[in-house]
This record gives sequence, C-alpha cells and structure tokens, in this order.
Amino acid sequence: MTSHSQTSHSGHDGHERHYVIIWAQLVVLLLVSVFGPMVATHYGWHWLLLATAFGVAVVKAYMVAKNFMHLDVEKPIIHYIMAIGVALMVLMYGALAADVQKESGQNWKKSAGFHHSFTTSKPAEHGGHAKGAAGTEGTTEHEQH
Amino acid sequence: MSTKTIATQRASMGMPTGRLAVWWLLMSEIVIFGGVLVSYIMHRLAHPEWAEQAAYTNTWLGATNTLVLLTSSLCAVLAHAAAEKGNGPKASRLLWLTILGGLTFLIIKSFEWTHEIQEGFTIQAGGFWSYYYTAAGVHAFHVIAGMCVMVWVAMSAAKNQDLHRVENVGIYWHFVDLVWIFLFPLLYIAK
Repeated sequence: MTSHSQTSHSGHDGHERHYVIIWAQLVVLLLVSVFGPMVATHYGWHWLLLATAFGVAVVKAYMVAKNFMHLDVEKPIIHYIMAIGVALMVLMYGALAADVQKESGQNWKKSAGFHHSFTTSKPAEHGGHAKGAAGTEGTTEHEQH
Repeated sequence: MSTKTIATQRASMGMPTGRLAVWWLLMSEIVIFGGVLVSYIMHRLAHPEWAEQAAYTNTWLGATNTLVLLTSSLCAVLAHAAAEKGNGPKASRLLWLTILGGLTFLIIKSFEWTHEIQEGFTIQAGGFWSYYYTAAGVHAFHVIAGMCVMVWVAMSAAKNQDLHRVENVGIYWHFVDLVWIFLFPLLYIAK
C-alpha cells in the first residue's frame, strides 16, 4: 500500500468509525444550510443567510478535504499545487470583478448586455460601443470637425 | 496487498505517481470549476434580479442530491479503509455502492432538469439558467467520468489487484462532492 497509507492510517477500525461520525456531522451541516437560509429570509437577516449558506459550505468543504481526502497529512507539495489552483481563481475574480460588477467607470457606463457606451459621446443604436469608441474626447472632437 | 514496481513511486516527491497525478488533475479541475463559479458569482452580484430565477430551482432536490453525494463519499472513504486492510472484495462492494450513489444523483438530476425544461427554463431562458445548466452539467459530466473509472477500479479490487487505485479514485470522487458542496448554495439556496 502507499507510503501515505503506512504513515497516516494505522488503527483502521477507529478510522471507519471516525468517517461515519464525520459523515453525520456533514449531514447536520447540510440541514443547517437548508433551514438556516429559510429562517434568515423570514426575519430578513442577511448575515445569517450568508453564514448558513456559504459559511457552512466552506466548513463542509474543509471537513471533506481534511477527513476524506486526507489533505492534512499530504506532502507539502500537494498543498502548493492546490494553492496554485485557488490563487488562479482569486486572480481571475480580482482581474474581472470590477468590469463585470460595476455599472460605470471613467469614461464608460454599462448598458444592457454588458456592452459599454462612452459617456462622452452618443451611445450606438444596439448596445455596442459608441462612435469614436477609441475612448478619447479627442476622437469625438475629430468626428465633429 | 498490492505489489508495486519502483516506477510507480516518485522518489523526489516521496509519494506514489498515481496519487500525485490525481492531485495534479484536481488542480486543473479547480481552474475549470473555479472559472465557472467565479464568473457566476461575479454576474450574480451584478444581477440581483437573478434571485427571482433562482427561486424556481428545487431546494429539496438539491439538498437530497447533496445528501446522496455525501453518502457516496462516505462509501468511497470506507472503500479506501478496506483497501488499506487488503480487503479487496469489501473495497469493491463499497465502490459499487459509491457508483450507485452517483447513479442516484444523476437520476434525480435528470428528473429535475426535465421538469425545469418543461416549465420553459431552458439554457437559453436567461443568464442564470445558462450558468445553472453549464455548472451543473459540467459537474454531472465529472460524476459520470468518476463512475466509469470506479467500475474499472472496483472490478480489479474485487480480485485484490491494484488496491492503491481505490484511494486515487476516492480522492477524485471527494473532489466532485466538494464542488457540489459549493454549487448547492450558489444555485439552490441564494434566492
């Protein structure tokens, strides 16, 4: 069997019981994630909705990774590999979130369909960029001449 | 207990090649699912009105599928424990139960999708539904892929062959479960 197994999986009977206990805890957390948001919606508690829906999901994911995937006893290289994936995910959010989530910015505003129309010139008919979409006031002035 | 050749062990990493490969695979999966989930979150935050569409998803079916996947993960990790003891036939039986869990998940999903499509909520019904079918569809594809590999591993485990693969396929299956743990609140709870 694997070296991982030899170093971290002694006492197999105790482990089986441990896995069942973890599963039971995950089921309880599932119930919390189902009924918690119902209570939160009823009382208008936004923080409780976030905590029970997404906070519990993070806890469940941690429990699965630690206890079922045995990530806690894996070699450090595995942690680094996983961290690269997560870092790329965070980088993607950081790079794109402002463009997707903001309604307007410097010299642009968002129209239907996520097209941007420049505030310094007339928007195009069907959502695309306005004339002179090079984006400078200078371009607009040139067209006026 | 399986006998392994030197070529199956990465001396520099101090771990079996197969398990290292599974973790590399999962890193690429994080990029795939992470891309889908992050773009969904961004658009969902930009479109509060998507909550009205999300209200049509069935929380109880989503929760049932979560329970099914959690239980199948339990079977997979118990199969790993059985393989550790060199009990291939027991590991094989537990892997078949895991496959049954995956099949149950897909059957519930197909009923759910059939109902939603009949109600007019197709993949073209709006931004929310595009993400809903894409994210859940890519996930379901991974469930099917995991089941196919697991059939192969279960058959060899029954003959006490290549028991180290039980752990490898289990790690993959737990990751599929882990992705669903995040999909569930995103698609079914946040309304």
